[in-house]
Amino acid sequence: MHPAPFAYKAAHSVEEALQLLRSHEDAKILAGGHSLIPALKLRLTQPALLIDISKISSLRGIRRENGKLIIGSGTTHREIEKSHLVAEASPLLASVAPQIGDVQVRHRGTFGGSLAHADPAGDWPAAALAVDAELVIAGAHGTRTVHASEFFTGMLTTVIQPDEILTEIKVPGEGTPGIYLKHRNAASGYATVGVAVTATHDHGRIGTVTIGVTGATPVAFRASVVEHALNGHAVSAHLLDEAASHAADGLECLSDIHAPAAYRSQLVKVMVRRALGKLLHA
Amino acid sequence: MEEHHVGITVEVNGRPHRSTVEPRTLLVDYLRDDLGLTGTHIGCDTGQCGACTIIVDGQSVKSCMVLAVQADGAHVRTVEGLAQDGRYHAVQQGFWEKHGLQCGFCTPGFMMQSVQILEDNPDPSDEEIRDALEGNLCRCTGYQNIVEAVKAAGATIRSGAETMAVGTGVGA
Ligand SMILES: Cc1cc2nc3c(=O)[nH]c(=O)nc-3n(C[C@H](O)[C@H](O)[C@H](O)COP(=O)(O)OP(=O)(O)OC[C@H]3O[C@@H](n4cnc5c(N)ncnc54)[C@H](O)[C@@H]3O)c2cc1C
Ligand code: FES
Ligand code: FES
Repeated sequence: MHPAPFAYKAAHSVEEALQLLRSHEDAKILAGGHSLIPALKLRLTQPALLIDISKISSLRGIRRENGKLIIGSGTTHREIEKSHLVAEASPLLASVAPQIGDVQVRHRGTFGGSLAHADPAGDWPAAALAVDAELVIAGAHGTRTVHASEFFTGMLTTVIQPDEILTEIKVPGEGTPGIYLKHRNAASGYATVGVAVTATHDHGRIGTVTIGVTGATPVAFRASVVEHALNGHAVSAHLLDEAASHAADGLECLSDIHAPAAYRSQLVKVMVRRALGKLLHA
Repeated sequence: MEEHHVGITVEVNGRPHRSTVEPRTLLVDYLRDDLGLTGTHIGCDTGQCGACTIIVDGQSVKSCMVLAVQADGAHVRTVEGLAQDGRYHAVQQGFWEKHGLQCGFCTPGFMMQSVQILEDNPDPSDEEIRDALEGNLCRCTGYQNIVEAVKAAGATIRSGAETMAVGTGVGA
């Protein structure tokens, strides 16, 4: 499988990349290429120009500022997996990273590329929703910041415009307990369903629970009904059972040869329950 | 299409190569077709099997999922570069000793990923080895001997023992 011909330019700054995007009709950003190259090979997309942003050093790295983790969009899954800072500041992200693909994939694929791609089976969208990440997007008129809840607009689509670049992602860095459970498709390794959960509790009482779900529907979502049923209540197995049983209420789940909609909807409920049990010990 | 060709400089197994490639050329095809380094195999072409695994700037990657232009300026290591100064790499010796291969199709990829594993940690646990080999598929040997091969290679590296001379065991 070979991609159709295209031109290639490596950008060395965000400015240069934005300039190239503006001055070329049919250009696409290339980050790790681990979603784009497969699509190019299948000729699902045939851009005239690829603008490689992987050599822009300012897009790479992880730091903590004012209690928040700031992760450059070009940071690889592997860098996040190996980061002590992430392990300490965001157990949820640390739980997601090693579950993506395999070591080789994680060496190339990027956090920002995965979010921008918005694959319905991608792992990061669930986590970004659960931690209410803020996504910083650069364009001709400066930067804007969008919350994860408003970032994903549909299958493989986000609010990023064709002339914009996702530059960094800010996530809370207080070390809130979190976990990612993934039911992997045996062949592809992608999530049939993945649930990303954070939860705080104190003396048997739940503080705040957040739940992001991927794989089940065309676009990842927050299971707000479950969150509301739990926040502020006393922890009990019965409460978790009851709340999780509503995790798939009203969902229109994806259906394919690997997992029909009813199976995905059952997985959502079971996996939300398991994740809650692990975090709240009930 | 002339204007679409791009000049790249890639160091492969210590030797610099200057080439002109079409941007759509995959790194694995560049190695195999342009440089004649056919030790890197193509199994699936979809990123699943790991047969095309090589090491780029110290990190293992599936070279069917990377464009040659993305390797401009990079240091690339392939299976052809494993043996040094007439001696096999400890990983090659491990695969030989522990019968870590049958048909050998997947072996270059497994060996390169094994090199990565042992460079990250020369004394990995069985579980760490299995986790890190997740992206490589073997359809004949079975993974047990491959894990044994990586462990044997780790032991050789840690002991600092000299590996066997290239050619040892051929025809044996
Ligand atoms: C074998 C294999 C297994 C995989 N398994 C998993 C898995 O288990 N879970 C999972 O979540 N993913 C998986 N992936 C996908 C992988 O995580 C990709 O790396 C990721 O989805 C995309 O990131 P990328 O950096 O490779 O982006 P690219 O492929 O370079 O780009 C993807 C899209 O996003 C756009 N884009 C990229 N960066 C930006 C930016 N900064 N601003 C604006 N637009 C941008 C590109 O134009 C393109 O449209 C797998 C991939 C492979 C090949
Ligand atoms: S040929 Fe590259 S992963 Fe199979
Ligand atoms: S030895 Fe034949 S596929 Fe692995």
